[in-house]
Amino acid sequence: MKKSVFATAAVASIVASNMAVAGPEAEVLHWWTSGGEAKSVAVLQSEFADNGGTWTDMPVAGGGGDAAMTALRARVLSGNAPTAVQLKGPAIQEWYEEGVLADISSVAEAEGWADVLPASIAGHMKCEGTWCAAPVNVHRIDWIWANADVLKSNDIAMPTTWAEFNAAADKLMAAGIIPLAHGGQAWQDATVFEAVALGIGGPEFFKKAFVELDMDTLKSDTMVEIFDQMRTLRGYVDSNFAGRDWNLATAMVMNGEAAFQIMGDWAKGEFIAAGKVPGQDFLCASTPGEGYLYNVDSFAMFNVDGDDKKAGQDLLAKLIVGQNFQKVFNLNKGSIPARVDVALDEFDSCAHTSAKDMNASNEAGSLLPSYAHGMALRGAQAGAITDVVTAHFNSDMSSADAVEMLANSVANSL
Amino acid sequence: MTEWLERHMPKMVLAPSFVAILIFVYGFIFWTAWVSFTRSKLLPKYEIKGLIQYERLFASPRWDTAMDNLFIFGVLFIVISMVLGLLLAILLDQKIRAEGALRTIYLYPMALSMIVTGTAWKWIMNPGLGIEATVRGWGFENFAFDWVVNPDRAIYAVVIAAVWQASGFVMALFLAGLRGVDEEIIKAAQVDGIPTWRIYSAIIIPSMAPIFLSAFIVLAHLAIKSFDLVIALTGGGPGYATDLPATYMYAMAFSRGDIGQAASSAMVMMGVVFAIVVPYLYSELRAKHD
Repeated sequence: MKKSVFATAAVASIVASNMAVAGPEAEVLHWWTSGGEAKSVAVLQSEFADNGGTWTDMPVAGGGGDAAMTALRARVLSGNAPTAVQLKGPAIQEWYEEGVLADISSVAEAEGWADVLPASIAGHMKCEGTWCAAPVNVHRIDWIWANADVLKSNDIAMPTTWAEFNAAADKLMAAGIIPLAHGGQAWQDATVFEAVALGIGGPEFFKKAFVELDMDTLKSDTMVEIFDQMRTLRGYVDSNFAGRDWNLATAMVMNGEAAFQIMGDWAKGEFIAAGKVPGQDFLCASTPGEGYLYNVDSFAMFNVDGDDKKAGQDLLAKLIVGQNFQKVFNLNKGSIPARVDVALDEFDSCAHTSAKDMNASNEAGSLLPSYAHGMALRGAQAGAITDVVTAHFNSDMSSADAVEMLANSVANSL
Repeated sequence: MTEWLERHMPKMVLAPSFVAILIFVYGFIFWTAWVSFTRSKLLPKYEIKGLIQYERLFASPRWDTAMDNLFIFGVLFIVISMVLGLLLAILLDQKIRAEGALRTIYLYPMALSMIVTGTAWKWIMNPGLGIEATVRGWGFENFAFDWVVNPDRAIYAVVIAAVWQASGFVMALFLAGLRGVDEEIIKAAQVDGIPTWRIYSAIIIPSMAPIFLSAFIVLAHLAIKSFDLVIALTGGGPGYATDLPATYMYAMAFSRGDIGQAASSAMVMMGVVFAIVVPYLYSELRAKHD
């Protein structure tokens, strides 16, 4: 009697545990841990649960994703990769080359991703023709933010060329206002640099230099001009900028201490969190010049064993690119949806500008990946360029020397 | 049985840590050396490709800056900490009142983590918040102390913070040394009418030679491995003006997916440590044989 009770209990527990794992399962590694970002991930999590999935959250904070990448490396090396990982840009292809990414083409084709994603963004999600990642959002990098009151009281319009910007900045300097709010951290220097490069060199030049790493373009006179403009910008930054965080620079624009900031559209979140209204308290415009630099966050799918995990992967991919998640997530995050057919009624005017420009530059072929945010190049090459940019910006190096150093560093990093 | 146990117990007790050190220290040194000869990028690969990573390393201007900084930082940090520590120890040794309290105050910085030291000094030396702003607030409009944001001076700002942290500890070492000097000799010298500075320079300090060596070894390895102080104080900036070999290695391994490059820089760092420690070990071991 006793024995059969145990047996029944054992059978029952096996059945129960089987039932528990029968649904789609996903373990998701990401580094969205700060306030607004965590809220955005929670949206995905609850949608996943509503569709019968079991979500195992694996947030790894710190180092702008460096800590998460270290965790990922350890997991992959031990043969136990997470289901989905927040990865972006060429890092996706880099992991694909290690032979650890899964194919989610069936979902992508069933959902018609190719029709709703801009071609150059879709390109990042493919590994040798198969789909291996799902895009979440599009951040625009080449934004210039301005304090509306400061511009108005100094009679300055939003600049449309770098010459206009320099003229406006000189005027502001004379009026005792810091023209450009900037934080002296390598990635911020690189962000300004690529906006200047796109403006002065144009989309074709940008692509040759920072996507294809064409040596002649890197050494060209246009590049010297770009470094000259960086030197000019250095003069418009206050003396206390070293090591300042980007959000403190945004605050300087907010309280009228400074007039402009060149920063991606996460800066908008700071303005809005402080109760400022776009178009009224602060202005947003693309930096002088043509083109659009994007930073697309995405989730790459890793090879996993077991049908429940594979089902989880497919469900996750479907939900991420789904209309509802793309809308809700990006409203929280300040970016715009990666798919072009999402209604933007609830988004603010800056997001509308961003979406309009994205479509226009997609057609004009000037929709380009940001090098400073790891979309255009692999870590070693992007890092080599940033080293030169930040060394030039923070010293009195001549533009010609900087260009020579740029070519050498890039060659050395290959 | 007990005799056997007595004979073998020490070996058995030591064996686990011996094995652990063999694997986790020497094993991984070997592994890093191996990886430094490959073209490993995101994940380690094991196919030997020669000295390419070392060639890349020595061609990198950033690595040059890091090694120069290590030299400037190391020399200044060690010399200033030792001089200040010795001075503090001699002053404390004058049989003064409240010595215990003073000693504790000087030692306290050592109880802080480098991250705390770095963050506090970042604010103290920030031109807009700290010393410069305060002194200007007193009316000295031309006062400038912008080392931490000046690429040519930032490494000296790191030295200031590091010296503040370590000199109290060096003082404690020297104080112990001073207390160990035989009182009789000093009294004899005083009876002979030798001036105090001569007593210090000719008798006391020479007799503390081993303490100098220990202090040097401790400070040298602190200097070579320093990482957290730079990260907290300057983040390696402005630009990469305060990069040290350790921060360079971290950037290569964890931000840039260039493991081969990181491994080769780690091997060079280890070479620097060896260059300092091996002569020390050699002299220690030889002294025992004599």
